[in-house]
Amino acid sequence: MSFYPICTEYGAMPLTEKFAAVTAEDVKRAINAESPDADDFLAMISPAAVPFIEEMAQKANKLTIQYFGKTIQMFTPLYLSNYCTNRCIYCGFNTKNNIKREHLELKQVEEEAKAIAATGMKQLLILTGDARIKASPEYLQDCVKILSKYFPSVSIEIYAMDVEEYAALVKVGVDGMTMFQETYNEELYPTLHPAGPKKDFRYRLDAPERSCKGGMRVVNIGALLGLDDWRKDSLLTGLHAAYLQKKYPNVDIAVSLPRMRPHAGSFQPTSIASDRDMVQNMLALRIFLPRLGITVSTRENPEFREQILPLGVTKMSAGVSTEVGGHSQKGEKVGQFEISDGRSAEEMCAALKKHGYQPVFKDWQCLDEHYGESV
Amino acid sequence: MSEDLFELGGHKFNSRLLVGTGKYADDSVIPEVCEASGSQIITVALRRVDLESTTGNVMDFIPKHMQFLPNTSGARTAEEAVRIARLAKAMGCGDWIKIEVISDNKYLLPDGYETAKATEILAKEGFIVLPYVNADLYVARSLVDAGAAAVMPLGAPIGSNRGLQTKEMVRILIDEIALPIVVDAGIGRPSEACEAMEMGADACLVNTAIATANNPILMAKAFGQAVKAGREAYLSGPGAKHCHASASSPLTGFLSED
Repeated sequence: MSFYPICTEYGAMPLTEKFAAVTAEDVKRAINAESPDADDFLAMISPAAVPFIEEMAQKANKLTIQYFGKTIQMFTPLYLSNYCTNRCIYCGFNTKNNIKREHLELKQVEEEAKAIAATGMKQLLILTGDARIKASPEYLQDCVKILSKYFPSVSIEIYAMDVEEYAALVKVGVDGMTMFQETYNEELYPTLHPAGPKKDFRYRLDAPERSCKGGMRVVNIGALLGLDDWRKDSLLTGLHAAYLQKKYPNVDIAVSLPRMRPHAGSFQPTSIASDRDMVQNMLALRIFLPRLGITVSTRENPEFREQILPLGVTKMSAGVSTEVGGHSQKGEKVGQFEISDGRSAEEMCAALKKHGYQPVFKDWQCLDEHYGESV
Repeated sequence: MSEDLFELGGHKFNSRLLVGTGKYADDSVIPEVCEASGSQIITVALRRVDLESTTGNVMDFIPKHMQFLPNTSGARTAEEAVRIARLAKAMGCGDWIKIEVISDNKYLLPDGYETAKATEILAKEGFIVLPYVNADLYVARSLVDAGAAAVMPLGAPIGSNRGLQTKEMVRILIDEIALPIVVDAGIGRPSEACEAMEMGADACLVNTAIATANNPILMAKAFGQAVKAGREAYLSGPGAKHCHASASSPLTGFLSED
């Protein structure tokens, strides 16, 4: 079993018409459902739900506080390599883009780790482009062994892997993975991914499930809003999260809501997700899946990030550089995309506290040998 | 009446309310919560403890007089719970441990079998083990055999604020298990904590209901009072319940043997 049959089933549906057919009564029923189902979720992200956004916000706020308290998990990304063999037309790392390619040696990884750790960050997300020759599974394992000395939690956002490869990373201390499907539209997908290993839609779609099988504790998925109609991609993202939650009850499932950002390249979004759309999406996700983690990155601007705090977000990045080696080396580098919120960890903490939220830096303890533990 | 102390793990406490540390908007409120509630035992998820942090460590906000009760939140197996307990001890967190073994993130229901295994290992190592479990007589008996210091049945799924849904099962544990029964998880209102104490529970542990209240300090105070009221009601021996009215002046009082 895989999420693929569900994705295919929904891909064959006239979703635009289904969204248009939702009534106000459907939305009210969905918001107040004891256990909202797929149809309820569809109703809450439909145009008919727009007048009910405040009502949804009230419910989402209560659910978020009940399940997570007034806390926000903090993390920061570390780009290990921007070499890439893909030609994703919307990405700055596109192999055809003329940018300086870099790859951190292990010594540099440790320098970056020290620089990030000095800011107080404890949860790290390591990223690479899709180039196994420059960022092999073995290289990643070596990096994690170094990074685990500085960070109790290390997650990955890298190319799709096999179960055994995920398991090997878990063994050296990785506890979470992020994988963006980019778009769940299988017909559109090849146009956006004309070449490279990422072209394999199904292999990428099943990667989060393979990581669950490999022992990941936290699995974060998402679509890049702007590649296709945001409502369609949001619907499939929510259903994918629900599928994983149901099948892997021991894994914390989370969703990111990234919107297209300027990058090195000329691709322009075909569907703009407005702030209101983004909020509607988040509220619907929270009501549909109350214990879902929701991540909002520095792609969003500071004002918006602060305004959405009560609406369902549980995890935020800060002190971000999307450049390889960008934490310890300053220079004229090109990142994967432009960030909108350049605040440091310290500044982000102050903002969260101002709004009555507690930044949580550490929420995981990796049990490994450097604490002298053995069973 | 002699002083009614709560005996747990070889220690005596004035308060029968245990509190938690999760979900607060600001950990700096924790000392006031402790004071308002009167609680003397506080549980902390070891996964949240950061001894290397120079600022903002939850440990900084735990009053010195509190009995520290690290918990194994995040453990999915007995083995992981044991490792976390040992790590807590190595970090200087003492030898009390609340066992939480959960591998179902939807309902966060504890795994009784894995909990009993961890309890047995840790009790033999000298830990004061407080296991969080379903309100199940057989699990509770296995915990007694395993050397637990108390049994901590849930009132409802953790964090749900749904109240004492397992009331009849908790009542059986109170009747049958010789260890202290601490109702843990699910209690959402002070009245529900009071009800558990009236039934004869030895203590209650409350976190979400206090941490997510609009005014956590006032809610902590309310829970402290409710637990105390429930305990005093239990000790006072409430009158029997009847299905029908029972006149305080009996109708047959005129019938005399004399």
